[in-house]
Amino acid sequence: MTHSDEIPRPRGERDVRYFKGSTDGKRPLTKDPLEGAASAYDLVVIGSGLGGLTAANVLGRAGHGVALLEQHYNFGGLATWFRRKGGHTFDISLHGFPIGMKKTCRKYWTQEIADSIEQLDGVRFDNPQFSFETEFTRVDFTNKLVDVFGLERAKVEAFYDELRRMDFFDPTTETTGELLERCFPGRNDVHRLLMEPISYANGSTLDDPAISYGIVFSNFMSKGVYTFSGGTDTLIKKMKAELVANGVEIFNSVLVDKIVIEESPMGERRVAGVEALGRFIAAKAVVSNANVLTTVHKLVGAAHFDPDFVAKAGKVRLNTSSCQVYMGVRDGAELPWVTDLLFTSTRPTFTSESLCDFHGESRTFSFYYPKTRPQGRPRYSVVSSTNARWEDWAELDQAAYDAAKDKLAADTLACLEGYVPGVGGLIDHVEVATPRTFAFYTEHPTGTSFGTKFEGLEVSTQLPDEIGGLFHAGSVGIIMSGWLGAANYGAICANKVDAWLYSLAEVSA
Amino acid sequence: MTPEEVVVAIKDIIQTIAPDEEVDGLDMNERLRDQIELDSMDFLDIVMELRKLYGVQVPEEDYKELGTLQGCVDYLGPKLADKELHCASRA
Repeated sequence: MTHSDEIPRPRGERDVRYFKGSTDGKRPLTKDPLEGAASAYDLVVIGSGLGGLTAANVLGRAGHGVALLEQHYNFGGLATWFRRKGGHTFDISLHGFPIGMKKTCRKYWTQEIADSIEQLDGVRFDNPQFSFETEFTRVDFTNKLVDVFGLERAKVEAFYDELRRMDFFDPTTETTGELLERCFPGRNDVHRLLMEPISYANGSTLDDPAISYGIVFSNFMSKGVYTFSGGTDTLIKKMKAELVANGVEIFNSVLVDKIVIEESPMGERRVAGVEALGRFIAAKAVVSNANVLTTVHKLVGAAHFDPDFVAKAGKVRLNTSSCQVYMGVRDGAELPWVTDLLFTSTRPTFTSESLCDFHGESRTFSFYYPKTRPQGRPRYSVVSSTNARWEDWAELDQAAYDAAKDKLAADTLACLEGYVPGVGGLIDHVEVATPRTFAFYTEHPTGTSFGTKFEGLEVSTQLPDEIGGLFHAGSVGIIMSGWLGAANYGAICANKVDAWLYSLAEVSA
Repeated sequence: MTPEEVVVAIKDIIQTIAPDEEVDGLDMNERLRDQIELDSMDFLDIVMELRKLYGVQVPEEDYKELGTLQGCVDYLGPKLADKELHCASRA
């Protein structure tokens, strides 16, 4: 079975010519993207999401010879941005991440990057069950649950303490929905407050394991929501500079075709390097920041794994994708202050499925004010995000697809109008991204924007046991997702790669 | 390295990972993470520094041995016996 049989490719987007002379919609290559690349490295990193970037930086800094290969022309994976005519810059995932990102950036990047991380001023919920502004801290959530929802303070504290005590290595079989129902029975409004932000942050649902919820909740809904002052473009520019300073050789527009595996006469499998743009690059270790299923099926190939492992990988469920609507305010116009991050819904009650509804009534708005890029001209934009299912979008023909995108844009603008009357007159650029768009730009199967469900983590961490020198640092298992999860997973992976390279050096010494 | 120097080496590594923490008064037998803000990612960083500075490999199943300063001395002492102390924070 080939990869393309197992994982559907996007329709439509592949046929569109975005660039003159392009055959697949992507920017045609005018020079050799691998110009200057060596024939061998200690380590090749495939993909420059925050996991790949962080692994590359930690290992480059540790003195290993590292090459980083990115298929897109921008580095950063879904930590990205794009520009449009009229001076618009849109950030895909900048708002927001937990405070832990400050420490992660200080340790694995630079103090300067860490120092640009700032708390959002406003986070707001607005739905038929409750409507308020929150600091997004443990203290404020506790006060809201007591004062607005009428819960006993002791019960709320007990919930927080139970989540803190959860042990990753000794998980229960309880689902998140069961946990919330046990702690706050019959309180769909409480479940909504405690679950909705997490679902938007990592695509998880009430059916996912309570342990994944507990870990993310304790990190995320604890000390506020943070952003990078200067914009995603500034962050990635600083990260690229740091990589280069640490001796990492970085290459964009390089789509890796294959991870090459060699097998010893004893049957031991090891990575030999990668194949990209018709060239072989030798490597003692390979870190894949591609999706874990892409890594197994497409980059390595099932034939190089034990059948039991392939069967286990076959049970890994991909997480959902996203729809986004990017709305740019015209140069010179001002958007009045609403809040930084708004969780809004017109649905009377909360279900996980409703966050993925094809034409959902639930969405988040990220408001980007001039403070996002204090270094530039004062500009405003709004990005709405919803979770979305590939199946809902994949098979639409071009006319139906265009109509669905137009409807999503119109619905989103109508919803925004409720918070900013007259906003339609301020906006001069509207653009829609769907799961097909995410698939096109990221090369992720079914456009997944949150990696895999929980079981993907085990497959990801077991890759080095299957094939010596093969590591994975992509978004998996719900907990290794989002900016903080991805960057930390890159650092965890780097420690394993460092141990592997050290043991190889010991053997040959 | 003497056992006393092992303690200096560990405290020095902790200082580079958690510069805001006070390491001088750390108790030998109390769990490190109960005395200062050290999370599981920080312990990974300690392991990586030990490998980089002293060529010591700590397999994952032994991470628990590094929970206290005394645990570090007991576990790392033999591995570091013939190594020279160098301080990362002043390197």
